[in-house]
Amino acid sequence: MVLLSSRWRCRLLCFLTILLLPVLGVVSSQAADGTTQFEQDVALLVHGNFRQKETAMDKIAAGNDPRAEQLLRALLGGKLYRVKKDGTPVYVTGTGSRVSITAVLSGKDLGTVKKRTLKKITINNRLRGKLRGELALLGLRSPDPGKRLAAVNKLMTSLNPESIKVLEQLIKTETNGKVRKELLTARAIVMLKDPDSNTRLQALTDLEGNLRPTVKNELARLLDREKDKKVRQKGEAVLASINAKIALYNTIEKIFFGLSLGSVLVLAAIGLAITFGVIGVINMAHGELIMLGAYTTYVIQQFMPASIGLALVLAIPAAFIVSGLAGILIERTVIRFLYGRPLETLLATFGISLILQQSVRTIFSPLNRSVSSPAWMSGSLQLNPVLSLTVNRLTILVFALLVFAALYMILKKSAIGLQVRAVAQNRSMARAMGIRAARVDALTFGLGSGIAGIAGVALSQLTNVGPNLGQSYIIDSFMVVVFGGVGNLWGTLVGGLTLGVANKFIEPWTGAVLAKILILVFIILFIQKRPQGLFPQKGRAGAAS
Amino acid sequence: MKILRYLKTDIGGMITLGLLALVTIIVPICNLLVPETSGLHVSTFTMTLLGKYLCYGLLAISVDLIWGYLGILSLGQGAFFALGGYAMGMYLMRQIGSRGVYGNPLLPDFMVFLNWQHLPWFWHGFQWFWFAMLMVVLVPGLLAAVFGWFAFRSRVTGVYLSIMTQALTYALMLAFYRNEMGFGGNNGLTDFKDILGFSLQTDATRAGLFIASGLALAAGYLSCLYITRSRLGKLSTAIRDQEDRVRFIGYRVENIKLWIFTFAAILAGIAGALYVPQVGIINPNEFSPLASIEMVVWVAVGGRATLYGAVVGALLVNYAKSYLTVAMPDAWLFALGALFVLVTLLLPRGITGLLRKKEANR
Repeated sequence: MVLLSSRWRCRLLCFLTILLLPVLGVVSSQAADGTTQFEQDVALLVHGNFRQKETAMDKIAAGNDPRAEQLLRALLGGKLYRVKKDGTPVYVTGTGSRVSITAVLSGKDLGTVKKRTLKKITINNRLRGKLRGELALLGLRSPDPGKRLAAVNKLMTSLNPESIKVLEQLIKTETNGKVRKELLTARAIVMLKDPDSNTRLQALTDLEGNLRPTVKNELARLLDREKDKKVRQKGEAVLASINAKIALYNTIEKIFFGLSLGSVLVLAAIGLAITFGVIGVINMAHGELIMLGAYTTYVIQQFMPASIGLALVLAIPAAFIVSGLAGILIERTVIRFLYGRPLETLLATFGISLILQQSVRTIFSPLNRSVSSPAWMSGSLQLNPVLSLTVNRLTILVFALLVFAALYMILKKSAIGLQVRAVAQNRSMARAMGIRAARVDALTFGLGSGIAGIAGVALSQLTNVGPNLGQSYIIDSFMVVVFGGVGNLWGTLVGGLTLGVANKFIEPWTGAVLAKILILVFIILFIQKRPQGLFPQKGRAGAAS
Repeated sequence: MKILRYLKTDIGGMITLGLLALVTIIVPICNLLVPETSGLHVSTFTMTLLGKYLCYGLLAISVDLIWGYLGILSLGQGAFFALGGYAMGMYLMRQIGSRGVYGNPLLPDFMVFLNWQHLPWFWHGFQWFWFAMLMVVLVPGLLAAVFGWFAFRSRVTGVYLSIMTQALTYALMLAFYRNEMGFGGNNGLTDFKDILGFSLQTDATRAGLFIASGLALAAGYLSCLYITRSRLGKLSTAIRDQEDRVRFIGYRVENIKLWIFTFAAILAGIAGALYVPQVGIINPNEFSPLASIEMVVWVAVGGRATLYGAVVGALLVNYAKSYLTVAMPDAWLFALGALFVLVTLLLPRGITGLLRKKEANR
């Protein structure tokens, strides 16, 4: 009896609410008893029959309550319930016999309850279809331009002739340029199907140069069915111009990838350009100095796992110091006894590279270590629908240029740079002028090695850090230096970037490995023609060869 | 006979060749005729290992010929070695016939696995032993001739040439790792059954291969000795020491270099061809720059510009490698690295340099 009466009370309440709704709703959104229009709509939605639900849905969607979207989504997803006892509308999360519920109106967490104390708010297929459309429109009316943009993009996949009215309306009120552009695109796509050929022509004009994949598909479909000659011609022209634009952007993207690869090569090779070019020393352990830089990054990140970005920034000077000191140590203990004997230097430094590799393998394990990227380096820069640039590659490209500029300034403007160049050009004359050539040698070698360490920091963001990291770059680096011209920093920059871009342009035809082989063969042939590289330079190395 | 006269002045060579002859005769006898229970028995494993070392010895001689006597530090000698090995490997693959896992009478297993329908054109002819042997000589020889022609004509020398040779072997390694090349990708060629109708599993065949390796080493040694003591050899030493002067006198330096470089490549190819049936596999790892540079250290350890030194170095370093990679796997690369550094810094003449009396400075 009690149960029955409570149920009846509930029904009665509902009935009264429904009865009162039109009056209250029309007059004002704020009812006398303090309930808002939204709350009344929700009550109707929760308790009414399908027809009433539809009315409520429409009202909720047309209103601008921020809770509307979540509510409609929950309704569509079958997560909207009401508590049987008092009719409170709730969201349900979790499955099984016990579920946790949240109040729709207040957003309060109401704890967990038995599922059978709740009643699901059901909808039928007609409502479901309508609901989807309303949800899309809801996004379009959102005050946040980002949300509106997302909603237009979503709408783009489910356009129908009716959409045009809504779109027209939205275009009138839209203030954000980006969203407006997308709305116009959407409208034009609908207009393409218009029976009037003038409207179709207008649509084509609107779509000119639009890079969306949807637009391209729609145009292709239009050309399949189009009878009108004028529209056809125009359509073909528009499609061709779009394709040309896409091809252009693809080329730009390829150049970007090439430059990105090239910047890595430049970073790896530029330290070598100093040791090989300026003091004429073949350092086969150069790759392992890069590896040391990468491992330095790894170690610093292990110490401060909370701030990855800061660790990465700190790793740059740290890697410079670690690799630079290792380089000076190598120079002082081995290389200085071998000046003037390049082949012996080559063998000895190769031995050092093996020792360094094996040390790392013993200390850190032979497995690859992963260095994480900070958040500001992940993601990509979406310039337009067909062209996006990955941020980490962009960062490394910029970084490589900065390192190059810094090194160039050191060599051209600083006192030590002057000494380095003097010793490179004429060792005995430089010594006669009071330059301590041996010290300069050590410092130059340290500088080149330090740059290798910095390259290692950059590489740790692109590839896995492992004992073989250096080995895979040493031959490429030598190729860049030899190609660009020994002892010439500009040559290294141009050579590295050229090889990177060339590699990316050959790759689509031949695959990555064959592209690499072709580049190697090309350099071998190039050296026949110009043994001094792209930019020949005088110096100790230049005179020796 | 000139060669005997040369040999008389090469005492280290006489000792090396004498020991080589002894080993080549005694080891197969101890393996085949001495019963296994006897203390003098040499196991097939040991004999195969020794056979491998003999191939390395021949390879080391080829490196020494161009590095010690011509002054070209090739970091790509392994490429020629591996090409010779692949030529032999292709012959051995074709000999498997329908005994492969997939039982295809024409196509080797890996091609069936890759779903190839036809034998690639460059695999034709390798069913004949003579053709394969021709290729063992021709392929490395031709590659060396073409590469050398380009390099020496435009006077690429010194470290440039070293890096170019390294790039060459690196490029070949990348190429051979590709399945589409038709050489078995990274698995290479393996699972050989027999050579010239003799099963590779029997001790007798192994002994035969061992003897062949010994003979090849001796022949290689004598031919290199002949070259280095002949006028050509004198010229090559002159090029090593003062290339410009030799050119100014009127000699065609590039031609001399080309001949010797090509001959060394052929020797390396033969070494590779003998190596493959003994170890039973050839894969792109043989092309790796590290493998090539290891060969240089054999010669450096043994002593540059002495042919027997190269052989001694190859045996010593490889024995150390076999020992260390088993006893202390981590220590091998440390040892090899230290060897590079110490030999170049402290022992520029190698081990045999310690034994020799101080010769006139070059």
